[in-house]
Amino acid sequence: MEPFTRLTAVAAPMDLPNIDTDRVIPARFLRQPREAGFGPLLFHDVRFDAGGAPKPDFVLNHPAYRDAKILVTAENFGCGSSREMAVWALMDYGIRVVIGPSFGDIFLENCFKNGALAVVLPAGVAAGLRRVLEERPGTTLTVDLESQTITGTAGEAIRFEIDAFRRHGLLTGQDEVEMTLAWLPAIEAFEARRRDEMPWLG
Amino acid sequence: MVSQPLTMFEKIWRRHVVAEGPGGQALLYVDRHLLHEGSTHALARLERKGRPVRRPEACLATADHYVSTEPGAVVPTEPGASPIADPEIRAMVADLGRHSRRLGITFFGRGEPRQGIVHVIGPEQGATQPGITLVCGDSHTATHGAFGALACGIGSTEVEHVLATQCLWQRRPKVMRITVTGARPFGVMAKDVILAIIARLGAGGGVGHAIEYAGPVIRAMSMDERMTVCNMSIEAGARAGMVAPDETTFAYLEGRPLAPRGEMWPRAVAFWRTVPSDADAVFDRDVTLDAAALAPTVTWGTSPQDALPITGHVPDPSTVGDPARRASMERALAYMALTPGAPLAGTPVSRVFIGSCTNSRLEDLRAAAAVAKGRRAAVPAWVVPGSGQIKRAAEAEGLARVFTEAGFEWREPGCSMCVGMNGDTAAAGERVASTSNRNFEGRQGRGARTHLMSPAMAAAAAITGCLTDVRTLGR
Ligand code: SF4
Repeated sequence: MEPFTRLTAVAAPMDLPNIDTDRVIPARFLRQPREAGFGPLLFHDVRFDAGGAPKPDFVLNHPAYRDAKILVTAENFGCGSSREMAVWALMDYGIRVVIGPSFGDIFLENCFKNGALAVVLPAGVAAGLRRVLEERPGTTLTVDLESQTITGTAGEAIRFEIDAFRRHGLLTGQDEVEMTLAWLPAIEAFEARRRDEMPWLG
Repeated sequence: MVSQPLTMFEKIWRRHVVAEGPGGQALLYVDRHLLHEGSTHALARLERKGRPVRRPEACLATADHYVSTEPGAVVPTEPGASPIADPEIRAMVADLGRHSRRLGITFFGRGEPRQGIVHVIGPEQGATQPGITLVCGDSHTATHGAFGALACGIGSTEVEHVLATQCLWQRRPKVMRITVTGARPFGVMAKDVILAIIARLGAGGGVGHAIEYAGPVIRAMSMDERMTVCNMSIEAGARAGMVAPDETTFAYLEGRPLAPRGEMWPRAVAFWRTVPSDADAVFDRDVTLDAAALAPTVTWGTSPQDALPITGHVPDPSTVGDPARRASMERALAYMALTPGAPLAGTPVSRVFIGSCTNSRLEDLRAAAAVAKGRRAAVPAWVVPGSGQIKRAAEAEGLARVFTEAGFEWREPGCSMCVGMNGDTAAAGERVASTSNRNFEGRQGRGARTHLMSPAMAAAAAITGCLTDVRTLGR
């Protein structure tokens, strides 16, 4: 996994709440291998019309937001299906940071497991940020994981919280399986105990 | 010393912590891992890295998302003879079989009598049990919480991690109790109860929570009904949904192939009796719902939270103050082609889908058949049983005959039209009365419009060709 420390890029706002992962990437595209690349499929059915032409009203089709690498969303972005291809599609498109008031739990986890940063901000702060991006399309933000700040708006730096485990994982890009296997003796001890306490589980 | 009263969630969590990590994360041991075709991405990565699977015997795999449910379709073992026309879809199913054989994981492919939807076959085989942790790379894994298990849907990287380590890093969620009181009126099924709960909480209302469903209405439910309720926990954003195990749970499990047997059975039951929340356990949030006030429910929008009684009307966005909510309602109504203020009942539908991990079990099929019996479907209507076992049971008790005589199509088990990924899709502009769990834009096919409802309500829609209050068709 590629480490993440800091990103300066155009940010695009998405105002609708409850954008589900079926909308991020429709189910019919999930069967291709990871290597095939999911970027062109991102938001496919709202980004392109039935003939494959870009829909002018979709935010990422607006010239000012086309190169966005940061998405600022509304409540519960990434709800619904557990499909990790939603994160793959975002990352393959170039989006490495999503900022919003809340995210679907599984989507949030999938972000961190792939080296994408999901930043949870208070609803009012996220809404304020989206307003800035709408008023000044093409605004560039800097998201710094080390200092846990977002800068680039006229106002003060926005500080964000992130748990130490996820922060460390992103900063180091560590392989989580390798890390967990360091606990192998504890896992084996657990299994031995479980065989005594719940032998019917095998 | 008086020990502190604990919730069921807390008891299961504590029992499964292998190690505490930084930032409130815990390494949890996973007792059971269910796999389907979507898990092949993770299996392929493991193979590439040359990593072994820690406990293949804790895994159970089935083909469901991508199999054809065409009547009579079986996937022959001969390559090239498969009825699945699309080579990529065929490869997904074949790949799961290959990995399962390679790793020694039990696999139910099409043609295997126990094949079916992953959240149907886990309980059916007795793999799902009280007090365990269970994961699956699918968001509806909360279904298994109906047995008093901690069951979570996970992503593909986490599937790989569980296969390699039999553990999962988890942040402790908050715990919410939803108590359903009163008595369900005639015509109100488990599906109506959970749709009403999601409408109350909102699509994000359960984010960061595990839900325990409690109260007399839940206690009186069968296992099939409890599974319907827990199944849709994710539609309120919750990470897990659970019901305390009781005599209903034990009676369901006894004698199932993977359930404890012989002298293990009484030991397991004795343990399972300790799983429910202690009487004075404290929850982070408590919600109460009166079932007596419920009616058969349908969704009108593109989020499962957009649910109303069938006696209601399409809501009017212009009456909503919050601009974000108004914009999303307007968008949903445009997608659904519905007019504000119009009565929901009477909205014509193009087709009906009875199936999915929410409502494809024997009791669901019985409820639909009771409505269909002696009547005739006015629009194309599919019935897709959740598993081979359910299909055979429904045939044995005459339900399949009822459906086919009423002009419904009786199909092979699988996810089918719940999700537009396997060839079973609705066309753009078609309006579907569906017993599945998601009415998202494009969920059943690009441009398809989904109304979620109970199996009885879906059967009623098939008979009349429009959204219908099943109570008006009589008992
Ligand atoms: S039936 Fe639908 S919701 Fe359930 S596992 Fe299959 S695709 Fe997912």
